[in-house]
Amino acid sequence: MKPYIAILTARFRTMLQYRAAAVAGLWTQVFFGLVLIMIYEAFYASSDLPQPMTFAEVASYVWLGQALLALLPWNVDTEVRAMVRSGAVAYELCRPLDLYNLWFMRAVAWRTAPTILRAVPMTALAMFVLPWIGLEEWRLQIPSLTTGMAFAVAIVCTLLLSCALTTLMNITLLWTVSADGATVMLTVLVTLFSGMVIPLPLFPDWAQPILMALPFAGLVDLPYRIYSGNIPTSELPRVLAHQIFWTATLVFIGRWLLVRGMRRIVVQGG
Amino acid sequence: MAPQIVVEGLTKRYWIAERSPGLLGSVRGLIRRHHRELRALDGISFSVERAELIGYIGPNGAGKSTTVKVLSGILVPDSGRCQVLDRVPWQQRIAHVRDIGVVFGQRTQLWWDLPVIESFELLRDIYRVTHQRYKSAKDELIALLDLESLLDVPVRQLSLGQRMRCDLAAALLHAPSILFLDEPTIGLDAVSKLAVRDFVKQLNRSRGVTVILTTHDMDDIEALCDRIIVIGSGKILCDGTLAELRARVSRERWLIVDLAQTDVQVNDPDASIVRHEGHRVCLGFDPQQVSPAELIARVTARYAVRDLFVENPPIETIVARLYATQADEAAMKTAK
Repeated sequence: MKPYIAILTARFRTMLQYRAAAVAGLWTQVFFGLVLIMIYEAFYASSDLPQPMTFAEVASYVWLGQALLALLPWNVDTEVRAMVRSGAVAYELCRPLDLYNLWFMRAVAWRTAPTILRAVPMTALAMFVLPWIGLEEWRLQIPSLTTGMAFAVAIVCTLLLSCALTTLMNITLLWTVSADGATVMLTVLVTLFSGMVIPLPLFPDWAQPILMALPFAGLVDLPYRIYSGNIPTSELPRVLAHQIFWTATLVFIGRWLLVRGMRRIVVQGG
Repeated sequence: MAPQIVVEGLTKRYWIAERSPGLLGSVRGLIRRHHRELRALDGISFSVERAELIGYIGPNGAGKSTTVKVLSGILVPDSGRCQVLDRVPWQQRIAHVRDIGVVFGQRTQLWWDLPVIESFELLRDIYRVTHQRYKSAKDELIALLDLESLLDVPVRQLSLGQRMRCDLAAALLHAPSILFLDEPTIGLDAVSKLAVRDFVKQLNRSRGVTVILTTHDMDDIEALCDRIIVIGSGKILCDGTLAELRARVSRERWLIVDLAQTDVQVNDPDASIVRHEGHRVCLGFDPQQVSPAELIARVTARYAVRDLFVENPPIETIVARLYATQADEAAMKTAK
């Protein structure tokens, strides 16, 4: 494990340097969070029908989405892409390391570093500043200890699921070089079907079984609803089973593809 | 003792997607693509003994880098046999790369944003080098390559020459027994080139590290290599010492003359004009037919000369000729 941990921490430290980008992103996301919440407030005010989620649950869901946006596997690892384009990927293959594990670890650093940079100020803002300025109903709820712990476990599985998807996308680079096509398709699938745009319970009833079966629900919807209380903590094993099943499946597919990709790999440039 | 590296009939093909130029061509390319086969390696065979220092040369696109990448386990060839330290590189990649060091001159293996020393420490962890071994290897490399002042500098701030020295050290921290250098002196200034050459020579002579060096720099070859393998269009054209190569292709040497006037026609019965550009004339001659001293005496007596010097034709010329003769031979064979 030591080599992989070393690479993880090195990249993590490098990525923590991008603080300005995190701050800039933070304000965009505060804005988006507020807009989304206002839309949902109008939506909830205009309907008397019972909704699958309460407004407070939706508010927490929205803020978590903004805080953990960087965890979403919506793009390939730009560093890996640059390596494949330039041919520096040759050095990756000169290391006595399993390439899948290496890229997975890179993905872990690539997802966690910006997430941590954004999640902390975002949470502070949504949890404490909003009620302080009188927007009590819009706030990010403070979870109970059990809920908080259940969420912590689920979000770790989210990270693994997200990295498995990122690594899979990285592997497609061995065929496409730029992976722009794969990225565009996946960005749409991930943002819509994970629940990042609209919480999944607010989708039509007929779509529910499909949405819940797809891997994307484990990225946003399931852990966020555990946090907001929409899914009781007693349901945690089912959520984890979903996430772990999909992580394992994606790792398996990724490894299978990587073996094939390695056989046909072309190292670009001289 | 068995050779360290054995290569037999190695073949690697690439498929190149071709597109007709222009907008129409691009549109046509959407529907039907033409692929052209490129034989990067076309039946390469050679073997290398322990502690040899081999220059692997050839024009751009000849297949030098492809060979290095196959030998270092990065690329999988289409056919042929290859054993390095009794392993098949691409099949036992992880075990294989532990015993080799690789430097690609055009790229760095160091972490761009980290200080050099942190890259070294990362490599120590990646290769699972014990702290004791790491320390002695590191100290030795720092002394040999004069890296002390560079250790705390982020890699992106290093000059090319400094970076190359650090890259060399990085490739050797795990004490590999074979070192592959792919154009290690590309783009370096004269001083840095000398530093790299001295280091490689010392590494080979005193530590017995086998070195395979690809380069375009004839001086690298002359300074370092006992043996040269010339490759062209995926085939080995020549495998032997530098003297053997020159003898085989041509004994020709060049006399470069800077004339006082530009409008003079230079003629000599024993020399042919290779080039004539402005003041400078390049005369090719065979030293067994006419001695350089004699030719110089004749030329200076007949023309107003500002400066002159004798040199060997550059490797590109030798290789180009070698390739031309090879092609002629092939044509002769088919004609028969």
